[in-house]
Amino acid sequence: MTAVTTEAPAGVRVRGLTRVFGDRTVLDGVDLDIAPGEFVALLGASGTGKSTLLRALAGLDGEGHGDIGVPDRRAVVYQEHRLLPWSRVWKNVVLGLRGGDLRRRADAALAEVGLAARADAWPLTLSGGESQRVALARALVRTPELLLLDEPFGALDALTRLKAQALVADLWAEHRPAVLLVTHDVEEALLLADRALLLSGGRIAREYPVALPRPRSLEDPRFTALRRDLLDGLGVAPPPAPAEPEETT
Amino acid sequence: MTTDLLDPPRSSLAPTGVRPVPAWTGTALRTLLRRSRKISGLVAVLVLWEVGARAGWLGSTTPPLSQVLDRGAAMIGSGELGSNLGVSLVRVLKGLAIGLPLGLGLGLLAGLLTVGEDVIDAPVQALRMLPHLALVPLFIIWFGIGETSKVGLIAVGVVFPLYINVFHGIRGVDERLVESARSCGLGRLGLIRRVILPGALPQILVGLRQSLGLAWLTLVVVEQSATSSGIGFVINQATQFMRMDTVFVVLVVYALLGVATDLFVRVVERRALAWRKGLVAR
Repeated sequence: MTAVTTEAPAGVRVRGLTRVFGDRTVLDGVDLDIAPGEFVALLGASGTGKSTLLRALAGLDGEGHGDIGVPDRRAVVYQEHRLLPWSRVWKNVVLGLRGGDLRRRADAALAEVGLAARADAWPLTLSGGESQRVALARALVRTPELLLLDEPFGALDALTRLKAQALVADLWAEHRPAVLLVTHDVEEALLLADRALLLSGGRIAREYPVALPRPRSLEDPRFTALRRDLLDGLGVAPPPAPAEPEETT
Repeated sequence: MTTDLLDPPRSSLAPTGVRPVPAWTGTALRTLLRRSRKISGLVAVLVLWEVGARAGWLGSTTPPLSQVLDRGAAMIGSGELGSNLGVSLVRVLKGLAIGLPLGLGLGLLAGLLTVGEDVIDAPVQALRMLPHLALVPLFIIWFGIGETSKVGLIAVGVVFPLYINVFHGIRGVDERLVESARSCGLGRLGLIRRVILPGALPQILVGLRQSLGLAWLTLVVVEQSATSSGIGFVINQATQFMRMDTVFVVLVVYALLGVATDLFVRVVERRALAWRKGLVAR
């Protein structure tokens, strides 16, 4: 069983986390620290256990071994929005919360993601980008100290994705939770994170500090160099031509 | 009837023009055409029946529609249809009142609790394979020829479809929704109330529809023998005396009961599943 130390402070501290599925060791003694308010991106090829690590931090997987110290207030946004289709948008936002002024809190959170007008809509009437913003509002309304993002932009089209990334950057700058962003997208990681981690062989294999001023630009030569580094680490050899692969899967 | 559809009164046009579409008259006309197309098949069958019976194509034992309608009106007037229909309805309602809660309860237990599944599912699945109508003789021996055996058999019939659909509806709820609701801090009861039951509801309503259909079927069978009231009794008597118009009246009543049941479930679905996109558009 995972020992979840709940008295842990605002940051994340994981020591020797091991998770075995059948005879496959997915996580093999992972050590991970995230400072309060730090934005960390977790990269890795498919099947390296990125989501497994995120689920362990969310407290959704009690089958691993090791020490996990996470803040009490956590929120998760998944690749799919996972809204309950039979509950109105605002009820989805405050799902599981108690208190008298739930509607007001839902409205406030929805206003932050620009969807105040859709509070009474059914989730099935929303577009993919809107649904994902509602999922963000649902995370925000919990004022999380740790925000876990599991490829939250993976299912969005390119344009919507850019907007959603900018929204996440804004919200993070305003609320300053610690963030763990699981992603396949090297550029996304470098645009948003303070630090990019590479998960490989069941461990954090490499760490890339992203010491670029915000807002960041894809054209920045330092950005390009970091990106080359990261792609290299992911085992994707960047071709010499200007057109470079973006995805690792 | 057909002329009504081609040249409807203004009042019947209004509800079709609800959507604020610029060319709303065009839309209204289209829905109207669509509806008349849907009805046209039924009308054709009824006309064929009337004409065919009068011309003798359908044999001497098939009365024309008009005669059946006359007979139906007479039976309503004399109270014969009403009183017997009342008896039959009470039988079905009693059977449903026992069978539906039982099917729902067992389905919930088996769907929500692993213990419940282990204990309940295997015996129910085994019993389900037995056509419940084969139990008619057994029920008559056990409970006599009175109401108990009839109501009991209707109850048994409706348990299984509802049970199966409740069980599978619960098990079919998207695991990812459950997980995300759990990470939102929902407890076990909250999960059941906010996620699992609403998620299973479409399937539960399918089960309800099947159960209601089976209730009517069972009613037909249990009223075939050893009864002195009910619409099954009416049709039996009529067959013995070759009152074919009465036989057809009862058949029409059976059909209407089925249609009414279906409409009822549809109304329930429309209200309970309003979140579905197709229904929300209105």
